[in-house]
Amino acid sequence: MNFQQEVRQFVIDNFLFGREGQLSNADSFLESGIIDSTGVLELISFIEEHFGLKLSENDLTPDNLDSVDKVAGLVARRLATRQGAT
Amino acid sequence: MCGICGTVQYGNVQADAQLIERMIGAVRHRGPDDCGIYTDGQIGLGHARLSIIDIAGGHQPMPDEQRTSWITFNGEIFNYLELREELTKKGHQFGSHSDTEVILHLYQEERERCVERLNGQWAFAIWDGPQQRLFLSRDRLGVRPLYYTRTHDMFLFASEMKALFVCPEIRRELDLHTLDQVFTFWTALPPRTPFKNVYQLPPGHSMTVQNGQLRVWRYWHLDYEPDSEIGQGSEEEISEKLLALLKDATRIRLRADVPVGAYLSGGLDSTFVTALAKKLVGQKLKTFSVNFEDPQFDEANYQREAASFLETEHYSVRCSNRDIARAFPEVIWHAEQPILRTAPAPLFILSKLVRDNGFKVVLTGEGADETMGGYDIFKETKIRRFWQRQPRSSTRPLLLHRLYPYMESLQRQSSAYLSNFFRIEEGAPGPFFSHQPRWQLTAKAKLFFSAAAKSDLDGYNAIEELRGLLPDRYYSYEAFLQAQLLETFYLLPGYILSSQGDRVAMAHAVEGRFPFLDYRVVEFAAKLPIRMKMKVLQEKYLLKRCAQGLIPGSVQTRPKQPYRAPDALCFLEPEAREYVDELLSADCLCRYGVFDPGLVAKLFEKVRSGRPISVRDNMALVGVVSTQLLMHQFVHATQQ
Repeated sequence: MNFQQEVRQFVIDNFLFGREGQLSNADSFLESGIIDSTGVLELISFIEEHFGLKLSENDLTPDNLDSVDKVAGLVARRLATRQGAT
Repeated sequence: MCGICGTVQYGNVQADAQLIERMIGAVRHRGPDDCGIYTDGQIGLGHARLSIIDIAGGHQPMPDEQRTSWITFNGEIFNYLELREELTKKGHQFGSHSDTEVILHLYQEERERCVERLNGQWAFAIWDGPQQRLFLSRDRLGVRPLYYTRTHDMFLFASEMKALFVCPEIRRELDLHTLDQVFTFWTALPPRTPFKNVYQLPPGHSMTVQNGQLRVWRYWHLDYEPDSEIGQGSEEEISEKLLALLKDATRIRLRADVPVGAYLSGGLDSTFVTALAKKLVGQKLKTFSVNFEDPQFDEANYQREAASFLETEHYSVRCSNRDIARAFPEVIWHAEQPILRTAPAPLFILSKLVRDNGFKVVLTGEGADETMGGYDIFKETKIRRFWQRQPRSSTRPLLLHRLYPYMESLQRQSSAYLSNFFRIEEGAPGPFFSHQPRWQLTAKAKLFFSAAAKSDLDGYNAIEELRGLLPDRYYSYEAFLQAQLLETFYLLPGYILSSQGDRVAMAHAVEGRFPFLDYRVVEFAAKLPIRMKMKVLQEKYLLKRCAQGLIPGSVQTRPKQPYRAPDALCFLEPEAREYVDELLSADCLCRYGVFDPGLVAKLFEKVRSGRPISVRDNMALVGVVSTQLLMHQFVHATQQ
């Protein structure tokens, strides 16, 4: 499973309770109401625990977290940075 | 405080005394001290009494001197002594010292308009024999409950719906529209109740039943007039006026032939009420509070400080998640409506503490947040309005961090997300500007409704129904005042004074009294300029000024912390396992048909996993469990 699939599965299980519906990987979580005012913290916990990443305050923007594609992109960039540093 | 019930038969049918007995039996917990019924011809009245004023002489139902009109009354009329004196001067003779009899005499003088003279909390019915008419009324702010329904040949009323359901002809069927309302506003919109064809008399309304015809009308209106003359004086003058009103509101609420105690939550409002009461009582006051094992909800330190400062004899009960789990089914039995928070359960436990200490009456601080501008939603509204004036400002949304300091999950949000959640739209604010983010968040819990329920709702929009209930003047108010009106006329009677108030207190036969809900205080507050309620971002500005020196400084300056309790996690406790496993089983969910079994299973699995859960998920699980309990205790009970 790639990052995108892993993130998508988490979103489906955690926010849609198994109902995939019409979710596309580009759909805005905020616009579609998938994530509520505190749900984003669940997403952050998932990224940090599942991918072993530590997100900074600057990372916590809709540009990074507001769709499956955006989250997968953030994860890929952070993991690449980490690998590059080691 | 008491329980009342009654029936009016249409045509020549005689009232059924046995039915009245069964009805009053269903609300006997509200009045364990005495019980009475009256039947004559088409009328039947029942009364379960909690004796507080005129212990020996206040038996009900009570007749007038001619024994042609009869009253059954739940509540207290705090200005009854003044009214009695006035009526005596007019030649009325009293056979008792009760406030009940004062209502009867006042009714003789002023008929249906008598309620405009009452200062108190009431739900009553007067059978006017000569007119063959039943007159019912409920207090201005909905402190006391009053429900009614009808069959093809009978009108029935009662303090609680369970008393109506003892009549086999009354069907028990969930009203999905009401459920939709609760899953939006946290409360039903009167006259709806959670059950089809069962109605509540809205606060501030009266009604008559005559010849099978029902007439319902509003007898009290509250106008917000922030530019009134009251606000023209100096702060000191206005503060003194408010203090004088609060002192008198507290004074008349100490009228009782039994000792009066007070709830002491550790917040400004209850501490202030206790301080005022202590000065009037002139002796050691007994105070009661609930505190929590979970430190994020606990206010025990402030309670101790307040009790020590005011030198009260203080009693407290510690509440754990297990206690909440144990009490929850009984709380729903008393509340008779779905709830999205467990917060009524600790108050149910608190009222037992009061009763176990031999007290029947407590003063509380309810109503100050609504009338004096205490709730966070008012602050939220003010910040969002400020931001809306310059929607492209990057600095104004930073004020959103000043909201909800006690909610760690929100405080950890980045500004970008906070801005998005509380987002504003350009242009003039809509009529529900203040509550839109909150209602949208709550409504997300409707995700768990079953396909059949969604289909039955057929696109129903609870906000549209609310729109039709609001007075025209609502739409001309500023957003802050609109928020106040919504809180005061919907959440306050429908949830705060009901599920968190009357129901959980009366479960243990304890009466709450609310000085901040004295109508003189409420009307005065409605005429204050907004800046007196919230100065910049300081909530209850004028009230705090009033309380200065009377309460501990630490309580006066502490950050606002609304009363909250642990929610969904309580249902993981062993005390909840038996009922939660059954109620959330696919079989039970399918049988009741309200929620989607697959989605609920995933929700419960998520809560059990220990992963962080959002506000939406917390509310959803409490909402599902409470609705399932309601179905089990009321609707399903008839199908067995």
